[in-house]
Amino acid sequence: MYAYIVHRILATVPVMGVVGVAVFMLLHLTPGDPAAVIAGDYARPEDIARIRAQLGLDRPVHVQFLTWVGSILSGDLGVSIFSDLPVSHLIAQRLEPTFALAAATLVFSVVIAIPMGVLAAWKAGTWTDRLIMIFAVLGFSVPVFVIAYAFMWVFSLKLGWFPVQGYRSIFDGFWPFLHSIALPTVALGVIYVALMARITRASMLETLQEDYIRTARAKGVDNRTVLIRHALRNASVPIVTIIGIGIALLIGGVVVTESVFNIPGLGRLTIDAVLRRDYPVIQGVILVFSGAYVIVNLLIDLSYTVLDPRIRY
Amino acid sequence: MIARRFRSAAAALAIGAIAAVGLAPGAAQAEKVLRIVPHADLRNIDPIWTTAYITRNHGYMVYDTLFASDENLDIQPQMVGDWSVSDDGLTYTFTLRDGLMWHDGDPVTAADCVASIKRWGTKDGMGQKLIQFTKELAVVDDKTFTLTLNEPYGLVLASLGKISSNTPFMMKKEHAEVDSSKQVPEVIGSGPFKFAKDEWVPGSKVVYVKNEDYVPRSEPASAAAGGKVVKVDRVEWIYIPDPATTMNALVNGEVDLWETPAVDMVPLLEQHEGVELAVIDPLGTQGWLRPNHLHFPFNHPSARKALLYAVNQEDYLRAIVGDPKLYRVCAAYFICGTPNESSVGVEALDTVDYDKARALLKEAGYNGEKIILMQPTDIPVLNNASLVTAQVLRDIGMDVEVQAMDWSTLTSRRAEDKAPADGGWNIFHTYSTGADVTSPIANIGVSGGGRESAWFGWPTDARTEELRDMYARESDPAKQKAIIDELQGRLFDEVVPYVNYGQWFQPVAWRKELSGVLVSPVPFFWNIEKN
Repeated sequence: MYAYIVHRILATVPVMGVVGVAVFMLLHLTPGDPAAVIAGDYARPEDIARIRAQLGLDRPVHVQFLTWVGSILSGDLGVSIFSDLPVSHLIAQRLEPTFALAAATLVFSVVIAIPMGVLAAWKAGTWTDRLIMIFAVLGFSVPVFVIAYAFMWVFSLKLGWFPVQGYRSIFDGFWPFLHSIALPTVALGVIYVALMARITRASMLETLQEDYIRTARAKGVDNRTVLIRHALRNASVPIVTIIGIGIALLIGGVVVTESVFNIPGLGRLTIDAVLRRDYPVIQGVILVFSGAYVIVNLLIDLSYTVLDPRIRY
Repeated sequence: MIARRFRSAAAALAIGAIAAVGLAPGAAQAEKVLRIVPHADLRNIDPIWTTAYITRNHGYMVYDTLFASDENLDIQPQMVGDWSVSDDGLTYTFTLRDGLMWHDGDPVTAADCVASIKRWGTKDGMGQKLIQFTKELAVVDDKTFTLTLNEPYGLVLASLGKISSNTPFMMKKEHAEVDSSKQVPEVIGSGPFKFAKDEWVPGSKVVYVKNEDYVPRSEPASAAAGGKVVKVDRVEWIYIPDPATTMNALVNGEVDLWETPAVDMVPLLEQHEGVELAVIDPLGTQGWLRPNHLHFPFNHPSARKALLYAVNQEDYLRAIVGDPKLYRVCAAYFICGTPNESSVGVEALDTVDYDKARALLKEAGYNGEKIILMQPTDIPVLNNASLVTAQVLRDIGMDVEVQAMDWSTLTSRRAEDKAPADGGWNIFHTYSTGADVTSPIANIGVSGGGRESAWFGWPTDARTEELRDMYARESDPAKQKAIIDELQGRLFDEVVPYVNYGQWFQPVAWRKELSGVLVSPVPFFWNIEKN
């Protein structure tokens, strides 16, 4: 087991290396010049050339690449071309909102979706099942921004319960934090609730057909115990897999929600950096994202061993 | 039972949360905070390093200027207390007013100002011109310095009081000595606000706190001139990229002022009683259709003149603004509503004549060759203007290839002076704030300096450069106006450095709790009271 974990962690190094090379090359081969963006619309060509030289962007791409790799290996993600602030500082500023939104969405989705899926499977073929599935189809089909604007209109503008935009850190107090994160969480969570509820229902339906469930019922075990202890536990591997995929999707999915609710997270940092060609920031954020993907996948794989004792690495 | 208890607990928590949050703003009311949604996020902090308007606006928050433009664009002293000019018009002596302090507590000195003028003079077009005419900048004592000219120059005060990018902000000597192609390492100004760097989240939030040590002038505030009296404790720039969210935040009272409401949201905002909408920049914005003067067909004057006969400003303004209250058909190169507005030569642009345009294209030798038009899809105004131009050019018989790209790509591509077929270009669109085009020196678009000194598109015309220099040397307004008339006639008849596709006015929206919003081409946040 430990050998497997060490092996998986070591395997992240070449993965992140490939990601780093691909992102670097993609950025430097794509048209666009940060020096031109910095200089502004009314700068003359010679001003742009001077800024380009000052930033080292006039050096050959392989020299820039080797300089960047050298910095990364010494633990330095570099400095933003625009703000002159360390990339690690910019990422640290944005990590909390993104993590908070992703975590809150995940908790919200799991808490709502799994009972919904179990209920739908238990009441399969009834109106309850159909209503849950109608919700699931709608939740999966309506774009996040439409849900976000609808929630904003109802809960912020009409009822005045929540702010339209902005983020309050959890360090400013739990209630202000919850107040600011509630609407974005629910808006972003709808699609994940729909996704997880459908998978839970399908997995539970399959498990409920198993012989041991029939045996448990024949022995007089009550419905709740059958559903939770016998069926849900055995149906959990695909559910956990979809939660893992959900986490990976969330990393990208928060971008729209962050923009609509004006949450200063990593998604917006990435978009802004791409639009202005802030190479060190883009490279740093992509490395962080790829690291997060690898870790999430590892944790999901490890969780299988807990949920199903037959799985061993 | 358990479910009922849970519901009760949840309800209690929800009420508690709403109560706690509801109390929070009350507790914070002791501090007056002005929340602004600016037109862009502040990416860099050095207003000499970049010409970006958002950094210029940041500059006005934290730095001060020797002279400043009032709302009539007349130049008034700001940091300068007394000034004089010698009888021969060659030596200007400036004395700083009392009480000027840097944010770190050091006094502002003449040496700081001399270094600041020199740094600005390496970067800005008007600054370079001023330095070109300057023989010596000399420190006399801690508060006095002189500027000695090689020959009479009519734009000394206009240059030092230039309102838009690059504005000559005064910096500490140690920062003013930083190479202008490098960003200053920190923000230490002497202006009415201090920059709270620890609270800066690039792309999201910028915080300024009131500079308690700032001594404003005694005159009433008027644009960049007069007393910069700060009436709030703190100003927060909250950058919200989504216009719909910004509108909702303004209506909901979460922000106080929106600098650039999207034009399609103006009718919605007008319906809200708590929101006021007004145009505070009387000069507005001028649209530029920029042809590439280096390459066929627009290296031929007749092809450029064909553009004048093809463009109908009304079509462009309807496509990019829509509401006639917010635009004005105006052919003048140095913008309508200023002393330099001229009607000489405007007939070609005022007349829409496709037959004439086709004849001029034929005269230029155009025979259906492909034209590359760069279309920046991420800037709605320029995207729409590009689409109108594409249609207009097709209507006069040109083969147009519209190449869609983002603005960052366009800014790098437009710097390419090679042939369009090799990665260059024929046409792109941009716009300029009116304050930047009010004179032949400020308006970089009319420069005829070719590859050496003209802006992208590289118009080349020696007579244009002579007239610009004559304007700079002249101090008599009547004679300056005569030069403007001759220059504009030449621009329309021969050079056509760009085609002006109209003048429009961006309204600003603010909560009615605010008062004292200043009329100016640049948004200023002193003088504003929040009730």
